[in-house]
Amino acid sequence: MNRTNLLNELWEYQNKHGYISKRAITQIAKSLKVSILDIEGVISFYHFFHQKPTGKFIIYLNNSIISEFKGFQYIKAAFEKETGCTFNEYDENPLFSLFETSCIGLSDQEPAALINFYPFTNLTVKKVKTIIKQLKEDEKLATISSSFISKIQYTPSEEKTMLFRNYIEGNSLKKIRKYSASEILENISKSGLTGRGGAFFSTAQKWKYCKESKSDKKIIICNADEGEPGTFKDKALLNNYPGLIIEGMIISAYVTGAKEGFIYLRAEYKYLLKKLEKTLEKFVDKGFLGDHICGIPNFNFYIKIQLGAGAYICGEEKALIESLEGKRGEPRLQKYFPTQNGYLGYSTIVNNVETFAKASRVIELGTTYISKIGTQKSKGTKLLSISGDVAKPGIYEIEWGTTIRELLKLCEALSPYYIQISGPSGECINSTEFDRKICEEDIACGGSIMIFNRSRDILQIQKNFMNFFKIESCGVCTPCRAGNQILYEKIKKIERGLSTEKDLEEIKQWANIIKLSSRCGLGKTSPNSLVMAIDKFKDYFNLKTSPITENQYVEFDMENAIQEYDDVINNL
Amino acid sequence: MERISFTIDGRICASDKGLNLIEAAKQNGIFIPTLCHFKHQNPIGSCRICTVKLNGKAIAGCTLNVQEGMNIEVNTPILLDTRKAILEMMFVEGNHFCPSCEKSGDCQMQNLGYETGIRSARFPHLFVERFIDAKAKRIVINKNRCIKCKRCFEEVTTNDGYKVFSFINKGNKTIVSVDYEQEEKLTESQAQYAMKICPTGAILVKGKSLSKPFGDRIFDQGIPGKTIPFLKTNKNNNSTQKKLVATTSLAGCFGCHMSMLDIDLGLLDLIELVEFNKSPFTDIKKFTKRCDIGIIEGGCSNTHNFEVLRAFRENCDILVSVGECAIWGGLPALRNTISLEECLNEAYKNSLSSEQDETIIPNHEEIPKIFNKVYANHEIVKIDYHIPGCPPNSNHIWNVVKNILFEEEYAIPYPEFKYD
Repeated sequence: MNRTNLLNELWEYQNKHGYISKRAITQIAKSLKVSILDIEGVISFYHFFHQKPTGKFIIYLNNSIISEFKGFQYIKAAFEKETGCTFNEYDENPLFSLFETSCIGLSDQEPAALINFYPFTNLTVKKVKTIIKQLKEDEKLATISSSFISKIQYTPSEEKTMLFRNYIEGNSLKKIRKYSASEILENISKSGLTGRGGAFFSTAQKWKYCKESKSDKKIIICNADEGEPGTFKDKALLNNYPGLIIEGMIISAYVTGAKEGFIYLRAEYKYLLKKLEKTLEKFVDKGFLGDHICGIPNFNFYIKIQLGAGAYICGEEKALIESLEGKRGEPRLQKYFPTQNGYLGYSTIVNNVETFAKASRVIELGTTYISKIGTQKSKGTKLLSISGDVAKPGIYEIEWGTTIRELLKLCEALSPYYIQISGPSGECINSTEFDRKICEEDIACGGSIMIFNRSRDILQIQKNFMNFFKIESCGVCTPCRAGNQILYEKIKKIERGLSTEKDLEEIKQWANIIKLSSRCGLGKTSPNSLVMAIDKFKDYFNLKTSPITENQYVEFDMENAIQEYDDVINNL
Repeated sequence: MERISFTIDGRICASDKGLNLIEAAKQNGIFIPTLCHFKHQNPIGSCRICTVKLNGKAIAGCTLNVQEGMNIEVNTPILLDTRKAILEMMFVEGNHFCPSCEKSGDCQMQNLGYETGIRSARFPHLFVERFIDAKAKRIVINKNRCIKCKRCFEEVTTNDGYKVFSFINKGNKTIVSVDYEQEEKLTESQAQYAMKICPTGAILVKGKSLSKPFGDRIFDQGIPGKTIPFLKTNKNNNSTQKKLVATTSLAGCFGCHMSMLDIDLGLLDLIELVEFNKSPFTDIKKFTKRCDIGIIEGGCSNTHNFEVLRAFRENCDILVSVGECAIWGGLPALRNTISLEECLNEAYKNSLSSEQDETIIPNHEEIPKIFNKVYANHEIVKIDYHIPGCPPNSNHIWNVVKNILFEEEYAIPYPEFKYD
């Protein structure tokens, strides 16, 4: 067995037995000639792998903030009541195991859960009751599960739409025959395409680095590990236009000379696996994948799909590569780009799903078409996933430069108050900023837009976000691992009404330290939203904190401090 | 090898091209502290203590190879504070009870704490429950003390190339574990090497710790003449009258008070300068006058401690926390990871000396209520100065007090600044 196949191997055990037993681990370790602990380290990094027996049905309930506001608590209680199990515990129930999980890409249909990776959306207490009853009666998951499809709520007029338009397989591939690799790269460069995962790095630049690399082998990776809470736009693309994405990968292989490609699909989207596999097969049949693609001599390219196993950080390209190599998904040092030192040391391109789809359209529609859409710096359209307090949650393909106000109108937001752009690691805005534009010149957005109305508690939002980072940090570097935990404690302190203005000041100072010294993007961005919220929602935080007084006492929660003692004594 | 030049904090330095910054700086007489870096190893970049700025952008120094013309900042105020803050994060994230640690005195993290002059952490202690794994044949892993630097992962392997240490879990639950099977294969010297390279007391070899007496440990003396940065907290009071001092011991052991008495004949000089009001030294139970300075030993463990501490704040101009317990809970805070009910049952019902069904958990309205955990004094009232140690050196205590009261110039020598 090869180390790179470790995740697949572990999945096999997980799927077959519901957990990965000590015996299995020993066996795997033996065949890989590594220590048992090495394998246990990998297993425990991914939260869909278990080392203790689980029930026949593993239920993963999403605990993102959207879910929390739509009744997570009640759904959680309902699941516990109906199954008799406790969340996040291995209670040896033969039928059910319950776990909380980070955003599963169904924010437009929350509360939502995955049961053996089948989606169940818009859950209500009643629905949970029915589902559990049906499962106990052994009804097929496939028949009782919900649709995972997110509604395409908006696309611009036809001449301005890039993604959600008619697609004919092979249309862009047909064109590459006419051009050399350099000419294709030139086109991508002219289109101004940048990374649509949210980093906005020049795609042409990345491809150029890889093209020029002297690496023996080159690798193309499609990052379909869309884990930023509130994002589900890649899911829509993967479901609607799998071919378009694959064509984008083939084009990048043509440009760089790569022979191998991977689609790293998050396990939360396992229901898309079959469709992707079928599309790949179809592409092979049509001669779009394999040897001598489209009749171009020696243009050989193959794509494999790798299923993730539940780790937000694996959406970070350097962590994704580690994961693909069968290791813990700890981001590599910033020292090298993947194009210099990527998968197994080879020059590697990692691009987001949307980036590949766009690249494909650039070749198909031409750069002139795209240059007419968008703003000076951001050309074309952007795919957004909108959720929260809106009448029409779902997928929006918008022209770059659309204002927040226009967007709010489109999605029929209900008294919007607090808007989170690009997920927890992005930024938040208040109502004075609704005329800002979504584009790289103003607010660049990776794809997640969560809209909250006045009834929502900002502290609850921040607490949910910080808890997310606390859990999803890879755990390697001190500022991110400890820092996010410390900020979480600070939020709890504000929540309990024990804070002064000094605490808010400290949050800002500490956030700077975490941002300055963290090892990767997670820690460098995790405190952003909290600090912005403190600045942008001053009135709210003023109510939550007391001003610094001359009194030299520190606020102390006496009730909480003696509660445990009183309980013990009263129960004597 | 090509020689290149670069600057550190404006100073022109020279070294071989491509050398690791930590080494290159060392060659130029500039010390960049780090806890995860190892000379011959691929950089890990996990502890982040060595954070520097390259052309204005922050980066871990150990991951940097020097090139011609690089402009590197190492000791700017922001970076010095960041370094200190990261160390403080390590102290609050783990459960670092220096006085009870086998590696105390030989601990690199503790030494950096001294060198950066950490008296108390700016962050709240997290008191996360972590266990001690003594199942392996030779090695004990005390997970309370691990800072996840990954040194042992890379440095310690069996002769046939197997990893012995690795991370388990992720996020804030990340911990280091040892592979029992591989650990057995380690030779005695390999196991001791693991203990040696661990920058804290997380990896111990059974029967091999505590080999050196106090005073002879690696970081007991420090470089001769080295002093710890002093923090100023002067009381602006020029009257020539005797100063009034109050002292108390809360959840402490009176060890700090014993240390205060340890200046021997110095006491005679001191008594000329100060007068004790409420203090175990005088047995005055209630404040009779407003005091210039209050010296607090021990943390806040119950409602009585709380009342005494607030009374001290009300009656003293300056409050000083003395000793580890006062600063962050210290040894009594060992209970902070355990529920109060368990603690009380263990102490009063299940202990060896308690008879079945004969003993009760004492309770009466006159008896103070015990808090859910031991609180640091600065969580209850504002504390003006912290003097670490268990107990702090007597010179350290009185020199700080004299400095505060009389603005006497004073430097803290390295050997007098300790956490144990």
